Amino acid sequence: MNTALSWIKAYVPDLDCTPQEYLDALTLSGTKVEYFENLDKNLSKIVVGQIKKIDRHPDADKLVICQVDIGSEVIQIVTGATNVFEGAKVPVVLDGGRVAGGHDGSPLPENGIPIKAGKLRGVDSFGMMCSIEELGSTRDYYPEAPEDGIYIFKDDVTVGDDAIEVLGLHDTVFEYEITSNRVDCYSVLGIAREAAVTFNKKFNMPDNTVKGNTEDVNDYVSVEVIDTDLCSRYCARVVKNIKLGPSPEWMQRRLAASGIRPINNIVDITNYVMEEYGQPMHAFDLDQVEGHKIVVKRAKDGEKFMTLDGQERTLDSEMLMINDAGKAIGIAGIMGGENSKITDDVKTMLFEAATFNGANIRKSAKRLGLRTDASGKFEKGLDPRNAIEAINRACALIEELGCGEVVGGVVDVCAPLKDLNKIEFRPTRINDLLGTDIDADTMLDIFKRLELEYDASTNMITIPSFRQDLEGIADLAEEVCRFYGYDKVPSTLPSGEATTGKISFKSRIEQKAREVAEYCGFSQGMCYSFESPKVFDKLLIDKDDVLRQAITISNPLGEDFSIMRTISLNGMLTSLATNYNRRNKDARLYEMANIYLPKSLPLTENPDERMQFTLGFYGNGDFFTMKGVIEEFFDSIGMKGKLNYDPKAGKPFLHPGRQANIIYEGGVVGFLGEVHPEVLDNYNIGTKAYVAVLDMPTIVPHATFDRKYEGVAKYPAVSRDISMVAPKDILVGDIETVIRQRGGRILESLSLFDVYEGSQIKAGFKSIAYNITFRASDRTLEESDISAAMKKILNGLEGMGIELRQ
Amino acid sequence: MKDKLEKIKNDALAAINSADKLETLNETRVNILGKKGELTQVLKGMKDVSPEDRPKIGQLVNDTRAEIERVLEEATVKLERVIREAQMKSEVIDVTLPAKKNAVGHRHPNQITQEEVERIFVGMGYEVVEGPEIETDYYNFEALNIPADHPAKDEQDTFYINDTYLLRTQTSGTQVHVMEQGKLPIRMIAPGRVFRSDEVDATHSPSFHQIEGLVIDKHITFADLKGTLAEFAKELYGEDIRVRFRPHHFNFTEPSAEMDVSCFKCGGSGCRFCKGTGWIEILGCGMVHPNVLRMSGIDPEEYSGFAFGVGLERIALLKYEIDDMRLLYENDERFLKQF
Repeated sequence: MNTALSWIKAYVPDLDCTPQEYLDALTLSGTKVEYFENLDKNLSKIVVGQIKKIDRHPDADKLVICQVDIGSEVIQIVTGATNVFEGAKVPVVLDGGRVAGGHDGSPLPENGIPIKAGKLRGVDSFGMMCSIEELGSTRDYYPEAPEDGIYIFKDDVTVGDDAIEVLGLHDTVFEYEITSNRVDCYSVLGIAREAAVTFNKKFNMPDNTVKGNTEDVNDYVSVEVIDTDLCSRYCARVVKNIKLGPSPEWMQRRLAASGIRPINNIVDITNYVMEEYGQPMHAFDLDQVEGHKIVVKRAKDGEKFMTLDGQERTLDSEMLMINDAGKAIGIAGIMGGENSKITDDVKTMLFEAATFNGANIRKSAKRLGLRTDASGKFEKGLDPRNAIEAINRACALIEELGCGEVVGGVVDVCAPLKDLNKIEFRPTRINDLLGTDIDADTMLDIFKRLELEYDASTNMITIPSFRQDLEGIADLAEEVCRFYGYDKVPSTLPSGEATTGKISFKSRIEQKAREVAEYCGFSQGMCYSFESPKVFDKLLIDKDDVLRQAITISNPLGEDFSIMRTISLNGMLTSLATNYNRRNKDARLYEMANIYLPKSLPLTENPDERMQFTLGFYGNGDFFTMKGVIEEFFDSIGMKGKLNYDPKAGKPFLHPGRQANIIYEGGVVGFLGEVHPEVLDNYNIGTKAYVAVLDMPTIVPHATFDRKYEGVAKYPAVSRDISMVAPKDILVGDIETVIRQRGGRILESLSLFDVYEGSQIKAGFKSIAYNITFRASDRTLEESDISAAMKKILNGLEGMGIELRQ
Repeated sequence: MKDKLEKIKNDALAAINSADKLETLNETRVNILGKKGELTQVLKGMKDVSPEDRPKIGQLVNDTRAEIERVLEEATVKLERVIREAQMKSEVIDVTLPAKKNAVGHRHPNQITQEEVERIFVGMGYEVVEGPEIETDYYNFEALNIPADHPAKDEQDTFYINDTYLLRTQTSGTQVHVMEQGKLPIRMIAPGRVFRSDEVDATHSPSFHQIEGLVIDKHITFADLKGTLAEFAKELYGEDIRVRFRPHHFNFTEPSAEMDVSCFKCGGSGCRFCKGTGWIEILGCGMVHPNVLRMSGIDPEEYSGFAFGVGLERIALLKYEIDDMRLLYENDERFLKQF
């Protein structure tokens, strides 16, 4: 919301502060001022001049030489403008002055463009006559300005006067950020009231007394509200003998500062009062209102209606319409109809100020895709008591500005008004909430300035209808605090029972995962939770795979963000692709974030949000690098149990021969593998990539930070090498299982030191070599212990069809 | 005999002094003092010496032996030093050659910021809790005093799944889950991912993170809120930071405020970074609205509390002077490695 300071001062005449002081004070009392702009910031030394004489330029066809009276003297100015004439009063920037815009559209230097005396084609020129653009505005806000040329003043201005003043540009426009609870502050009066309380100055409401003629409005129009649930008040007044014309300059300037283009007196008054009171109004041409009757009711489904912007709209049965005796003439609170709009021929006009249901207007505007200034105000939920005040103000202005004859009386169809809210005055409770020691009188003074009436006999505060945000004692505490000063409230720390800071076990395990990933060279990425349904195809996931059962967002930003991910790999592969395509030599990334698995679709209960520890890399490393990271992680969280890798993981997005489920104590806790070449193609990754996904909810129950010291071996170890030739399809993991089982308690460790397939070995076989270490914790092992264990191991391996090489 | 000993000694000293290798010295030691060495041989010849001369000769042999051993020891130490020095000289390296670093990964700036905030509040006795990202309308809005049809719902541009379920627009719903458990007092923070339907640009993302804080106890005041958050700001930005509280509006708090900190770039004098105001908006906060307490089964006459919500990305972007929010979700290693 933008408002000129001059407009605020119209109601708070004693306001005396710099724009910066105003900004600071209002911001700290709760009406946040985003910024201000001095309209004259780029302008200086601009006066009203009058052209006395115009001569041709001797050396330039397109230039003329003007003698301009600037009050103190007559100066010579050369101009190329074509709309100048002798006798015209024009803004003149003098030598050393500044203007806000040039002809060439180049960016404006700070503090405007300096103007200096000089020669134009050899003829002296001591200043410049200005267009409205050079004065920093546009024809939108100064409709009387010519399309191309010098701004010409009306004849009643005085030569030599400050032209910036005459144009109303010695003003400051403030932009406010109004919070949604302060419906009253979406109006100039609301802000002026806040300013008055903030600076402790007197606040004057404008005069809205309507004289009215002796006629009765009820003889002109009748109003029937059928859908009272959507329209709690409908006020109508009639103006006849309308004299359309421009509105006065002060009104045009104030509207322009608010960003509203002046049109004519009737439209401008409507807009002016909408800004001033925050109450939108509508004007109908009464001669177009059939039966001179207004009926407020819901539309029919599928009904078509032409709004005054010439667009045909399709209505539905939840949209409220303003009708006459035979047809719809406006969409309530949103936009009037083409069929009843004010034209230049208007003679008699019907003014409407109504209170519509905010939520209904909001939804209707949304469905129509038609959000207007009016609907924006209505949707906040307006005060029905304000409607009558506003319509009277508009009619008072019509009389004041001589735009027509207001017919006596108001048609006011109004549901019973709610009683004003009353809140018990409890100063102790307010101080308890704030942690302050403010005395009751100070509080009551603040309430008085805010127009909250205190009745000492009942100890109740009466809340005016425009402050519908004040419901209870906490709200009163805020009012006190705002004007007492948030900065004056002391800073303390909570007293009371001490509590222990805690981080959950789950979070600590996740923390450990991050640490291990980072030690292993992986940097943390973050991906979106929603993605495109096309990712399943990119990942080669089966048409009927359960992963495709994803939660769909009903109003996504687009298909690419429309489903909640059920697998974390798309984010990882997309990120790897980004790195690859930016020619980063290698990349190692991890992510710790949720996937969302619905328990049922459509969603009827909270889905399973599963934290996934996802790792991915390309460049230096292979499958076993990734496997190493996983085992480092398991070690770090005390997972010392039985760990297996099952190559039959069945992941379509991984290389069929280079993937495995990670099995811990018999249960799948994740998977890893090399990304399938086709998937790499789908993501435009031109090199091998490896990924792993660990399902944290499955892992966390296995994790522990408990450690028991096991002693450092005192007795010597004995090691043996064995070498074997095994059929190719026997997994090393299975061989190790046999060695461990058969080696018994004295087997301390085993390490694979060679795997070979090739010309030295017969086809279909591989050679494998292990170093096995034996140790007992309580004695030095005898040769007989070792040979017994080795024999069992060798027998076991032979049983698998493995040949031992001695 | 005496001459023989003298000769052995002189030969030995000459050999020792001319030696330039430890091996040579060792050879000398063996040749003279070893089992079959010359001096040992002399001792073996003692049986031929007359008994009355034996002590004198014995003394002479021992002196000779001691003298040779002493010189030998000195020469060894000296030679060892020379050799060590030569070795050091030959091993000089160019210390300006590149370091061999372990390729350690880096944590995401959001995560670092989150952990920083967690550290501060855990230190003040807060528990870190988590809530669901797919939330019901009740927890995200209604229980926070945002009833159906309230315009605040529109302000938050919610992603809906259906009439009941939505992607949470704020972590505030986690407050309600904790309050409903009925364990008082409460001091908690709830970090997490939230969603709003903003198109992606330099300052917006449809998915971002918040940290919600909640304190409920008897006699909690607005002054406590100010003190706690001022403490937080000092921990986060340093002792010199100043804070200010401005009135604001949130449905679930009353009174409500926004907290600004003095611009950490210019110190408050006004610069481009703080748009000339000297202040930077950091978080929203307020006293928990009595309706919210009541809905969660807490008597607002007995208990009071404050809540606050911090935008993690906002803190991180400001702290690290990141000028484009999209960088946070692209996961370019050249970006991530800077943190």
